[in-house]
Amino acid sequence: MEQIKIASPKRNGEGIFPFLTAAAAVSMLLLVGAIFLVVLWGAWPALRAFGPAFLFSAVWNPVIDVYGAAPAILGTVITSLLALALAGPLGVGTAIFLSELAPHWLKKPVSFLVELLAAVPSVVYGVWGIFVLVPWMRTGPGLFLESRLGFLPFFQGPSIGVSVLTAGLVLTIMILPTIAAISREVMRAVPQDLREGLFALGATRWEMITRVVLPVSRTGITGALLLALGRAIGEAMAVTMVIGNANVIPVSLLAPAQTAASQVVNEFPEAFGLHLSSLLLLGLLLFMITLLINLVAVWLVYRTDQWSSGARQPGKLKGKGVAGHA
Amino acid sequence: MALDVTIENLSFWFGRQQVLKNVSLRACQKEVTALIGPSGCGKTTLLRCINRLHDLYAGASVAGKILIGEENILDAGTNRVELRRRVGMIFQKPNPFPHLSVFENVASGLRLHGLAYGRSLRERVEACLRKAALWDEVKDFLDRPGALLSGGQQQRLCIARALAIEPEVFLMDEPCASLDPVSTMHIEELIKELQEEYTVIIVTHNMQQAARISRQTAFVLHGELVEAGPTAELFVHARDSRTEAYLTGKMG
Amino acid sequence: MPDTKWRLVKSFVPEAVCRLAALLVISVLFLILYYIFQRGAGVISPAFLTALPTPVGVPGGGIGNALLGSLVMVALGALLAVPCGVAAAVYLDQNPKSRLAAACRFASRVLTGVPSLIVGLFVFTLLVLRTGQYSALAGGIALAVMMMPVITLSAEEMLRLVPNSWREASLALGASKKQTVLRLVLPAAAAGIAVGVMLAVALAAGQTAPVLLTALTSIFWPENLLQPTASLPVLIYTYAISPFADWQQQAWGAALVLVVMVLMLNIAAQLFIAVKNRRG
Repeated sequence: MEQIKIASPKRNGEGIFPFLTAAAAVSMLLLVGAIFLVVLWGAWPALRAFGPAFLFSAVWNPVIDVYGAAPAILGTVITSLLALALAGPLGVGTAIFLSELAPHWLKKPVSFLVELLAAVPSVVYGVWGIFVLVPWMRTGPGLFLESRLGFLPFFQGPSIGVSVLTAGLVLTIMILPTIAAISREVMRAVPQDLREGLFALGATRWEMITRVVLPVSRTGITGALLLALGRAIGEAMAVTMVIGNANVIPVSLLAPAQTAASQVVNEFPEAFGLHLSSLLLLGLLLFMITLLINLVAVWLVYRTDQWSSGARQPGKLKGKGVAGHA
Repeated sequence: MALDVTIENLSFWFGRQQVLKNVSLRACQKEVTALIGPSGCGKTTLLRCINRLHDLYAGASVAGKILIGEENILDAGTNRVELRRRVGMIFQKPNPFPHLSVFENVASGLRLHGLAYGRSLRERVEACLRKAALWDEVKDFLDRPGALLSGGQQQRLCIARALAIEPEVFLMDEPCASLDPVSTMHIEELIKELQEEYTVIIVTHNMQQAARISRQTAFVLHGELVEAGPTAELFVHARDSRTEAYLTGKMG
Repeated sequence: MPDTKWRLVKSFVPEAVCRLAALLVISVLFLILYYIFQRGAGVISPAFLTALPTPVGVPGGGIGNALLGSLVMVALGALLAVPCGVAAAVYLDQNPKSRLAAACRFASRVLTGVPSLIVGLFVFTLLVLRTGQYSALAGGIALAVMMMPVITLSAEEMLRLVPNSWREASLALGASKKQTVLRLVLPAAAAGIAVGVMLAVALAAGQTAPVLLTALTSIFWPENLLQPTASLPVLIYTYAISPFADWQQQAWGAALVLVVMVLMLNIAAQLFIAVKNRRG
């Protein structure tokens, strides 16, 4: 037996092919690590110079070469949370409509359009923001808020159009398609027999939505919201174009401010030395935050994915869609 | 309270395709009526007309009458939410709600209709689980997810869930199709007990099962009701040659 | 008996709210597209698409060099990302359950969510800072980083659609794994992989920050890969934030060109998938 040499089929004619494909797979991992290390390397001087104080200092002054990220961090937090607070309910509501309420003939084309709008480049939203939204905010709602609610610190004027609020609105519009498209996808993955199960117990359609569809797709929707939050936090161009780029702690929603991303885009052409390093440190912070958010989001979305494609199969009438009034 | 279900000249269409043609059948209270027939003959559709589950889908249209007691439930004015509380349904694949515990699965209908709270809720859940012969197996796992039970247990959980809101009619769509023989036996025993109190209509592919548990059997073919009669008679002397052919395995 | 009619009414209200939300969202998004078309359409002409930019106040400026620059950098990005991304997908397809595959898949998904600005900073620090030179090459590399995970994920999905029985048949005939992949699996999935590449190209074509930080911009035609190079998104950005009316006008026109390109790629990809699904 031992004399007969059977050519291992694994080796036969394979050459370096398996190693090449494995190397490509490894390169994806290396890429994530490399991004981190390279940006860290660039940010190192600033990190050494300022340490943790970088996070809390509000001074950002290239003349005396002292940099603190508090205004940018606050601006990022406020604009992205504002966007999430507005786009979350609207996007999930749209997804509910597309997945559960819309007439059958409307579902596919509208869902397709929403997905399409998620692909529109951010700079295009920026163009719309700077030429349409900013003037409108200056005259319309901005002025209204300033005159009616100006006594509140966060609606203090003067409303000049470019502001935290405007940036928040542009971000809202940008992340809406993401939230709506992914949420719709995870809701659609809820097996039809679960819907029928609650309907058969005598539920109205809304009761079915709140008691079956939303709880079953909860993790996936959370994932969608997190992905959208990550996108809002990291968005640079559209925000830069409408936020006014003022390096101050944002107090009023109607005043200009900046985010970490907008500050980087705005200042890096003239920056060098410690200034540039500080911008890279902002980028590093951004990277770590979005990486964390994405880790959780991917895990959540991916988990629902596996779970719903598991043992359960959709009911007999899959694809016909819920249409009439239940 | 159990009521007769009387189907009169029922026709049903999905879009232009006619799925049921002029079906008439009476399912008596406190009896099991079995619907048999080859796949795609329309027996499941017939069942889903009785709780108007088809109304959920675009393109479904229906003509004829279905009386539960004296009331025609196909009337435009029928409150479907109320109807479905009165007509329980067991699906082909067990569909316990995966996000709810065993307890909450049984309680889901009660909570939906606000029928019981607190202590009385717990008592009703226990009573239904006992009735579904599941209590002893799950009493220590009431707060575990219902989806973790075995297939047969899941199906009994679904029966307990339907029992909880005290329907008058039980519809069962091949409840044992995805179960092993032992679980099937459990469910069949349960069905025999259910008929003491309810009207039960069951769709089955398994002719032995129909023979074991039903009082009346109806044979459906290509959307038509070929014949219906007492199970014992139908299986021995089928009046229609097509029924004979199906029962002896020469068709479908 | 609790009142089911009341429950039906209670059900109606939030449903109406969802309908309104959908209506609002869809109309706002369409309003934006409408603006882009309405304000941009008047600007576009053959000369606009082919001419070089002109200084402020000089009429006849165009986006020719930016279009060409974008084309060069996206092509360069695809050239780098497609082989690497498809190779990684082949690995995932061949070893679907290995640890490396799980990690690679996870990394790809996470990478698609990393802000493009960070990718720009990465390549900027790695190349531009070292060489002191903004270049189309750096821009292409940045776009490749953006494209690679997208290509890998979609290509893996497409490879998975190739039936296992085919592969087994090929292996049973004595073909090696490599031959099976190269001669059977990849050709069978080629159309699907192309769709993924189209989507990745659409994504890359719209990226502003990574290109801005690596290739900067230029008012000349791109001559070699080692010079600063204009691109459509960067041109849109710089024109839009400029205070000059004629540049702002051109920003609308350029935005329309970009939107049409990106949407066409996406629609083509979706149609491709739809046609393929219909054929089975």
